Amino acid sequence: MNDALYDQAIIAEARSKTGAGRLEAPTVTAECDNPLCGDRITVDLAVQDGAISDLAHKTRGCLLTQASASLLARYAKGGDVAAAGELRAAIEAFLKGQEDERFAILTPVRNAKSRWDCVTLPFQALADALADLEKRG
Amino acid sequence: MNPIRQDFPAFDQLDRPLHFLDNAATSQICRPALDALIRFETADRSNVKRGVYARAERASMAFDDARKAAMEFLNASLPEEVVFTSGATLGLNTAAHILQDRLQPDDVILVSLLEHHSNLVPWQLAAERRGASLRAIPVTDGGRLDLERLDELADRVKIVAVTHASNVTGAITDVARLRSFCDATGALLVLDGAQRAAHGPIDVQALGCDLYAFSGHKCFGPTGIGVLWGRYDLLDAAPPFLGGGEMIRRVNLERSTFAPPPHRYEAGTPPIGGAIALGAALDWSMAQDWDQLGTQERELAGRMLDGLAALPGCRIYGDTGTQQRIGVVSFELEDVHAHDVCQLLDSDHGVMLRGGHHCAQPLMERFDTVATVRASLAPYNDSADVDALLNGLEAVRRKLA
Repeated sequence: MNDALYDQAIIAEARSKTGAGRLEAPTVTAECDNPLCGDRITVDLAVQDGAISDLAHKTRGCLLTQASASLLARYAKGGDVAAAGELRAAIEAFLKGQEDERFAILTPVRNAKSRWDCVTLPFQALADALADLEKRG
Repeated sequence: MNPIRQDFPAFDQLDRPLHFLDNAATSQICRPALDALIRFETADRSNVKRGVYARAERASMAFDDARKAAMEFLNASLPEEVVFTSGATLGLNTAAHILQDRLQPDDVILVSLLEHHSNLVPWQLAAERRGASLRAIPVTDGGRLDLERLDELADRVKIVAVTHASNVTGAITDVARLRSFCDATGALLVLDGAQRAAHGPIDVQALGCDLYAFSGHKCFGPTGIGVLWGRYDLLDAAPPFLGGGEMIRRVNLERSTFAPPPHRYEAGTPPIGGAIALGAALDWSMAQDWDQLGTQERELAGRMLDGLAALPGCRIYGDTGTQQRIGVVSFELEDVHAHDVCQLLDSDHGVMLRGGHHCAQPLMERFDTVATVRASLAPYNDSADVDALLNGLEAVRRKLA
């Protein structure tokens, strides 16, 4: 077990609460649960002209989920929908060893497989929201 | 060091202290069980009830002896009342199968808010199949069944299925009160003994229950084996649950006649080594002085509960006393997620805990929470384990809260 799982960078990212809250009029919303612990994240997206103009997340979860949700807001907000669509695969690849600067602070999680779901949860919620968006056309 | 650790191979060779406080999930295996498992797998391994050679005879005899050990552990009256299962979950599913034909549409199965999902979902499925419904005994703020409310729940109750001891709050159920309820209503009483079985022998006759399930891996035996005990007449009145070898009397292409209990419910080659090892674990348990172990457990639970109560921002779920409970304690640190607590207690303090909903989501809802931290005691725990927990929690609180 990596002692650095709770190093200052992860704690600081979690506490930054980047993007925490709800949007008043989201284009699409997705809710995702971690069945292991009952954690839950709700992601609201405002989408305009193929871009995510705003994003907010309400996260009930551990520090790792909160840190990951902050990263989600950092990288998806303001970007285009197509790029956001690749984020879930990117974080999964990162956990399996692929280098990716964006997720560097989560490196210690690679050795704690039981906690991978904690950090992918926000990105799963994003993917669910985008899938819903696409279904609507 | 707690001398009982000599009976547990997990403590033989340690490069760091093993503060194992996740016993309610899985206990460590005791040496006699491991020895019995190795003996079967090396010296006696062969199928039971089939071979006529000496090796198979030894395996069959050891398997029969294991059933007798379970009978004695439960104070059952017949070995045929002991059905080997893969664990408490299969035991409770089998129990639901055995009793479901007795349900008429609109009948009620009485469960409780304390139940593990294993003693809830099988009854939901049975109720659905029969057009019956579930009703739940509420839980007090102290994490106990609110049996004061029992009489108002009585209408059309045919089955009462509750835990013998809670895997979240540690509360031991007042079975006598439930027994008199069942006498008055004619309902059958099923107990989930998954937690209670780790705390010494059980007397199903004194409890007056009709079916009782537990798993081996929580009471110092191996994984993959458990017991469903049932009154013989109930076992004998129901059809098989799974079909296959071992459970039949005669098979034609069209239909078969079934073996009597317990074999009717043991289709296929049983987990022979697991059953034999479980028998050894139950023999070990029956040889212990549970008065003394109970005192030890209550002292440690008291030390834990007092320490938790003194910890700023710590909320204990359930009773904070040490009577009528097993050493299972659930709590939460304010502003620190259960999994963060568990991860840090392990990595920084060598303390193994469980965090989550403990497969008891209705109870989590009752307590208006999502996940708790749980510490659970076994006979090999000692004050060093409890102190490591309390010191670790204080450190986590300073780091994260």
